[in-house]
Amino acid sequence: MGRSKFIVGGLVILAAVVYLIVSSTQANAEYFMTINELKSRGASIVGKNLRVSGAVVGDTIQYDANTLTLTFDVANVPGDNKEIDAQGGLAKVLHEAVADPNRTRIKVSYSGPKPDLLKDEAQAIMTGHLDSQGVFHADELLLKCPTKYQDAVPSQAAG
Amino acid sequence: MWPEIGYGILVIAFLVALYSVGAAVYGERKRSPAWIESARRAMLLLWPLITLGAATLIYMLLTDHYEVSFVYQVTSRSMPAYLKITAWWGGQAGSLVFWSWLMSAFASLVTLRKWDRDREFLPWVIVVTSITTAFFLGLVVFYENPFARFWQTVDGNVITSMWAPANTTLMVAQDGRGLNPLLRHPGMIIHPPMLYLGFVSFVIPYAFAMAALITGRTDDRWIRLTRRWTLWAWLFLSTGLVLGSRWAYDVLGWGGFWGWDPVEIAALMPWLTGTAFLHSVMIQEKRGLLKQWNMILVILTYALVIFGTFLTRSGVLSSVHAFAQSAIGPAFFAFIGATFITSIGLVIYRWPDLRGETELKSLLSREALFLLNNLLFMSVLVVCFWGVIFPLISELVTGQKVTVGPPFYNHATGPLFASLMLLMGVAPLSAWGKSTWQTLGRAIWKPALAALVVTALIFVYYTRLAIPLLGFYLVALVICVTVYEYWRGARARHRSKGENFFLAFGRLTARNPRRYGGYFVHISMMLMAVGIMGINMFQIDTQATVPVNGALKLGEYSVKYESIAQFDAADNRQVTRAVVGVYDDKGDYLGELHPRIDYYPDAQQNMTIPGERATLTDDLYVLLVDWQPATANGATFKIFVNPLVNWLWIGAIIFWIGALIAVLIPDREPERLAVPEAQRVPQPGVAD
Repeated sequence: MGRSKFIVGGLVILAAVVYLIVSSTQANAEYFMTINELKSRGASIVGKNLRVSGAVVGDTIQYDANTLTLTFDVANVPGDNKEIDAQGGLAKVLHEAVADPNRTRIKVSYSGPKPDLLKDEAQAIMTGHLDSQGVFHADELLLKCPTKYQDAVPSQAAG
Repeated sequence: MWPEIGYGILVIAFLVALYSVGAAVYGERKRSPAWIESARRAMLLLWPLITLGAATLIYMLLTDHYEVSFVYQVTSRSMPAYLKITAWWGGQAGSLVFWSWLMSAFASLVTLRKWDRDREFLPWVIVVTSITTAFFLGLVVFYENPFARFWQTVDGNVITSMWAPANTTLMVAQDGRGLNPLLRHPGMIIHPPMLYLGFVSFVIPYAFAMAALITGRTDDRWIRLTRRWTLWAWLFLSTGLVLGSRWAYDVLGWGGFWGWDPVEIAALMPWLTGTAFLHSVMIQEKRGLLKQWNMILVILTYALVIFGTFLTRSGVLSSVHAFAQSAIGPAFFAFIGATFITSIGLVIYRWPDLRGETELKSLLSREALFLLNNLLFMSVLVVCFWGVIFPLISELVTGQKVTVGPPFYNHATGPLFASLMLLMGVAPLSAWGKSTWQTLGRAIWKPALAALVVTALIFVYYTRLAIPLLGFYLVALVICVTVYEYWRGARARHRSKGENFFLAFGRLTARNPRRYGGYFVHISMMLMAVGIMGINMFQIDTQATVPVNGALKLGEYSVKYESIAQFDAADNRQVTRAVVGVYDDKGDYLGELHPRIDYYPDAQQNMTIPGERATLTDDLYVLLVDWQPATANGATFKIFVNPLVNWLWIGAIIFWIGALIAVLIPDREPERLAVPEAQRVPQPGVAD
């Protein structure tokens, strides 16, 4: 009797936690995709929570300070860190992605202050969704500038 | 010359650590006090050795030795001296040295105490702490050497290596890249050491737990010996978390303080198991229950401490905190796996010895509620762990990388934290041993009613939303219960001893510092909950571009753009600073704020520093987003109103008071409660 109460209580808690985790995961999962995958999936992913990474194309950055609307294009980069390393590191991959006009690109729209790190060849990691016109609406925008922080070796030598 | 000296010292320290492990094991097997003493001395030698190695590194940081890769990466000529010193833990290699340095200091402190009563623990405590130190020194010696230098080959390539490769010459960079500007904030200077102090102090209770398991002395002696260490560890870890939050709020410029970033979670996870451990050891001390569980908790905490260091330092996860990718991942993985499996194996081996001395009888007893508290902390841990590893699992299973963000954590942990708050309200009033709804109801109805009155007032004057009202009710309940308990204790002393109330409060606290310090901490957690609910549930924001003398309105505030100026600060920052006037909805002037953008030329990076106006009801948080020169378009601002958020920081101060009461005032060894006596209703003021 004494023990069974505790076992039942423990099972109730366990069930509640499993339910919380499963339901929260289902409601809030974000799918990591490359821009190539985004293009190839097309209509099937419109409206889903997505997390996309791409190289910022500097020439396309437009910012309207009155409406705080930011638009820019991002070019496809591999989603896998190993693949990025195999191609010569993040800085090189980003540079080549922007330089290559044949890479898949998508238009990104974001509303909010212009981030300090948004510049040509930055890596943009964005969460948001795709609309039916193929524009990615970012709710959250993270930027990395690898040229500065992963460049472990100085370029200029001194005596 | 200096790099060779520094590296040489660290290699020697690594070997000494290994020697102390070997000597301790050998001495224990052969029952030879001389060998154990030798192991102890070797361990005591570690701290001076690592201090010398670290001093060499700091000297090189201070004197601009840009031929050294680590120095090049974290300092630059323009950085002030104090920042060059703190750059020690600003990068991966240096922070691993810092970790070993702290570990050796704590191990030495432990070894210097009197061991007469606990001789049999000594060799194993040495083994555990020295293995841990050796692991971190090994990472430094073999993978992440802070003394590695740049070498230039004939064809111009640069190689990073400790020793000169063939046909190369030493290359000295003209200037370093400088510490990441984000890390130059005072909060960021203290935050990592606090976190590390917390991480490292948790190794000590773990070491004693392992010693208890190996020697078979599995009574609660190991817990009593390490009680204070556990409290200090928990205090440091909590402080690290709070400072990190404050830093994020003041520096990252997104209007919040906690983003469920994997690295934040990495620091939170050992805090969760550590907090559960703090509570459940009391049950072992008082009732002889939960011994197996306490072992598992301390092992989990140790594993999570190492895992947390790994997450922050390996680049396995992408986050603002992570440094570059490195080779130390597999080493960490192997170390965590080996120590975890060994520890769990020992627990299984000693499982019969770790049985409880009595049984849990009633679901409402104090010990059952403490167990429930532990299960809830574990549930939060499982949610966090799931969130961190879910992307890896989903990629393995489906090939599609899926991740979960802050909404996942908020949804999944919200009900768990609410249940914890309810427990915090109920548990202090429950009785040991056996408790019924009736006794509990008699104890709780007054504070519960008072909390209801408070909630009614909040309903009338502040919000009518159901979930925040539930949250505020729980906050009010915990505060009322805690104050009521404290007051009952003081009244009992006032009546029986004729002390005035202030004296009674003081003596009550001093008699049982862990309990009453704990009450302070409970109240502080509730104040923090008010701040967290305020910013999560009621935050509003707006953004606009306005000309000079134009205004933005948000909530009850009106923010007027007055002027902007650019100047160079002493530390080479290029500052763009706006002056805005703040007015309330009646048009009364409240003061001015100075949101600014700092540009760091050495790191080529901007930082957006908010102007903040803090009151008890809310924070006005103004960001300068963008601006046009002279009379053009004006400037763009983003404004947040963060209601109640300052209660979070007030809570942090109360927290420190409570934690310091618990950790600084010496606790009498509490006597074990006899079972029949335990069935009484708790008597406040009596040390139970």
